[in-house]
Amino acid sequence: MKPFTVKTVLILIVVLTAVVCLLPTFFNCWPHKKINLGLDLQGGMHLVLEVQNIKAVEAEVERTIQEIKKEIRNEGVKHLGISRLNDNSILAKFQGDKNKSGFETVLSKNFKNLITQRPQTSNNIISFKLALPEKEVASIKKMATEQALETIRNRIDEFGVSEPDIRIQGENRILLQLPGIKDPERAKSLIGKTAQLTFQLVDDDADVNLALKGTPPVGDEVLYQNKYNPASGTSTKIPFLIKKRVLLDGSLLTDARVEFDQFQQPQVGIEFDRKGARIFDRVTGENIHKRLAIVLDQSVYSAPVIQDRIAGGKARITGNFTLNEAKDLAIALRAGSLPAPVNIIEERTVGPTLGSDSIRTGLVSMAVGGLLVILFMAIYYKGSGLIADLALIINIILIGGGLAAFQATLTLPGIAGIILTIGMAVDANVIIYERIREELKSGKTALASVHAGFDRATLTILDANVTTLIAALVLYQFGTGAIKGFAVTLCLGIVASLFTALVLSKNIFDFVLKNKVSSKLSI
Amino acid sequence: MQLIKSGINIDFIGKRKIGFVLSIALILLSIGSLIVHKGPNYGIDFVGGTIIQLKFSESVPIGDIRSAISNIGFKDASVQNFGQDMDHEYLIRTSNLEMTSKGLSQSISDAVKAATGIVPEIRRVEMVGPQIGQDLRNKALLAIFYSLLFITIYISGRFELKWMISGVTAGSLMTAVYFLSIFNVGIGVLIAAALVISLALFWVLQFRYAMGAIVALLHDVLITVGVFSILNLDFSLPIIAALLTIIGYSLNDTIIVFDRIRENLKGIKTTDKLSVLFNKSINETLSRTILTSTTTLIVLLALYFLGGEIIHNFAFAMIIGVLIGTYSSIFVASPIVLAATKR
Repeated sequence: MKPFTVKTVLILIVVLTAVVCLLPTFFNCWPHKKINLGLDLQGGMHLVLEVQNIKAVEAEVERTIQEIKKEIRNEGVKHLGISRLNDNSILAKFQGDKNKSGFETVLSKNFKNLITQRPQTSNNIISFKLALPEKEVASIKKMATEQALETIRNRIDEFGVSEPDIRIQGENRILLQLPGIKDPERAKSLIGKTAQLTFQLVDDDADVNLALKGTPPVGDEVLYQNKYNPASGTSTKIPFLIKKRVLLDGSLLTDARVEFDQFQQPQVGIEFDRKGARIFDRVTGENIHKRLAIVLDQSVYSAPVIQDRIAGGKARITGNFTLNEAKDLAIALRAGSLPAPVNIIEERTVGPTLGSDSIRTGLVSMAVGGLLVILFMAIYYKGSGLIADLALIINIILIGGGLAAFQATLTLPGIAGIILTIGMAVDANVIIYERIREELKSGKTALASVHAGFDRATLTILDANVTTLIAALVLYQFGTGAIKGFAVTLCLGIVASLFTALVLSKNIFDFVLKNKVSSKLSI
Repeated sequence: MQLIKSGINIDFIGKRKIGFVLSIALILLSIGSLIVHKGPNYGIDFVGGTIIQLKFSESVPIGDIRSAISNIGFKDASVQNFGQDMDHEYLIRTSNLEMTSKGLSQSISDAVKAATGIVPEIRRVEMVGPQIGQDLRNKALLAIFYSLLFITIYISGRFELKWMISGVTAGSLMTAVYFLSIFNVGIGVLIAAALVISLALFWVLQFRYAMGAIVALLHDVLITVGVFSILNLDFSLPIIAALLTIIGYSLNDTIIVFDRIRENLKGIKTTDKLSVLFNKSINETLSRTILTSTTTLIVLLALYFLGGEIIHNFAFAMIIGVLIGTYSSIFVASPIVLAATKR
């Protein structure tokens, strides 16, 4: 009797490795790598955001226009309007040769990077068309996405999600996986907040109502304040006429935290860095008795009258916040503003109770399906059926071990994949056994029949499994999220069933027949 | 134990015309239903929209939920029972998108709470924007196309030993699809064209087994999609996963028969006995074909009845696919190989 051939030892090593990999999922032991559960099983939120990075390009163009205006003012050049066109190019109009050559000098001195078309003259007006080079536009877009990712990562970290997965997908998309999130609505509002904070003056010289009817004065825009009335539960919109020029923005913040006013109403206190504080000091000093609007994401939060010069660089944002709103605003301001607004273009949220229900129903159907198959094989093929059943159980252990070892994610479709594998794994045994029966009928001995059965069935089984493997691999390549989990377990299941049917079962048959445990084949 | 006696000899090949008529009838029915319903009944994965699954602690009249949601402006929303009655779960479906941070699911939950007086539990929210839906639809079609393509290369390589030719054919098809997709040709049209071209090529190049296999696969996929269309079931991402698995799995039975045909073909020279030989091969492998499908159907039925509502349609698609796949490996794949061999 020679129970331990090299092959047997190798098989034992494979199975034991799988068992060791699988154990931490059930007990707290080495190697401490549990099977990852997908968001659909443990509950959580999957989000895909689209960064509107064209807005970052627009902002850069606007910034360039401001710079051009500043430079030509210094050079004493007069212009008839410099504006941004819809395709994000800049149109600059001038009159007279002196202004034209002055502008050209400014361009060649300070704005070499801009692509300038030959100026066109009509009705004595010379118009220049300028554009950012394509490369720069592409890099602004890329930067915007990357910066948005960083900002969102910081916000999520401060919000407190364990093991978030945040990554860039394609050109302008960000994929977020937030397991076990308690308040999905709040998380979404925090992630989606642009948090663009600006300080702008209120134009009290013009009439808001007049601006609302017609066009607002040049350099002004109408922004609204949302006033919530807790008594009636309604909110009203109050229009403000705001000067477009931004005096100070949130990029110079060093800190933002929740504070409470004398009525215990939450508010957000902000603190500027040295440069910001200096600007704030100057701005407040120059505009005493005027109203300074605190604008967040294009809506006015408050517009207090400046009573005195404010040194020290501290300010407050008030606005009937709930405590959570104030906390989230503080987080968003600390983490910085998004370089461009984001849209949520895909959301899949699963509550924790549905996740655990899915695990339960998945396991129940796996157990029932598995038991039925095991019974069927045992009845149909008797002793050999039991060998197939053993192979099936080891197959499931191998899949579990593989999931843990590769740190793959188990999803609900993934469980379906395991269940499907249970049905498909015994197929290989069926093909072999039917062949063995045929060989036995042709008058061969048990051992010869088993060998012929395995030899002839091997290619068929390989062919049949390779085609399913191809489909599973294609699915893995194209699939997303939960579906990918199905492809993973299906692939693992196919590889495991090839091993259990062609290597493990064959070895057991060899062992049984060669060692004369039984000379008759129970099949 | 033996379900199918070893000496069995059913005249499958002789009855192949009945099979053809049945298959063509099923395919016409599927295509007809797809035309009437204007394509598959795409779920939100492919056309965009929002699904919200709410659970109540006690029974709630479905009409109350409907009117509550309609009152807050979601006129197109549909409400249906989800799962068993005792679960008190409802699925709300709307084409509105939860793009803003205002919270569509929260407002619906609030409205339902106001109307019924019971706080529902938001069990699941799925929102897919139209651009993602378009992406997923293209990806799904490409996945089906590529898996068909790779499987055919494998089959023609293994059974015809013409790896080179099949590889080159597949390579040029992939390049053609890639370049045409740049020119914004609809991917559905593209793939249909690619499939017709590959079938014609297989015919010309005499890739008999590959042709038999791919026709059987198309047959299985089309009828499964057709059954979903006839029953008006949601066509979602897991269904695509099921279709791909069917493509891979239904081939198992076909390969078993093909292997036996090839084995029996060795040493046979005249063609007049071919139909007898094909029939013998099918009968010899019949018990295998039936048994492998049976074990798979057992687990699929367990999944269908016990696996929960979310995985229900997936299991159903797989069950249809396995049944049709078993049928087609006997009545579609082998007769086509026979027809091509006789030529």
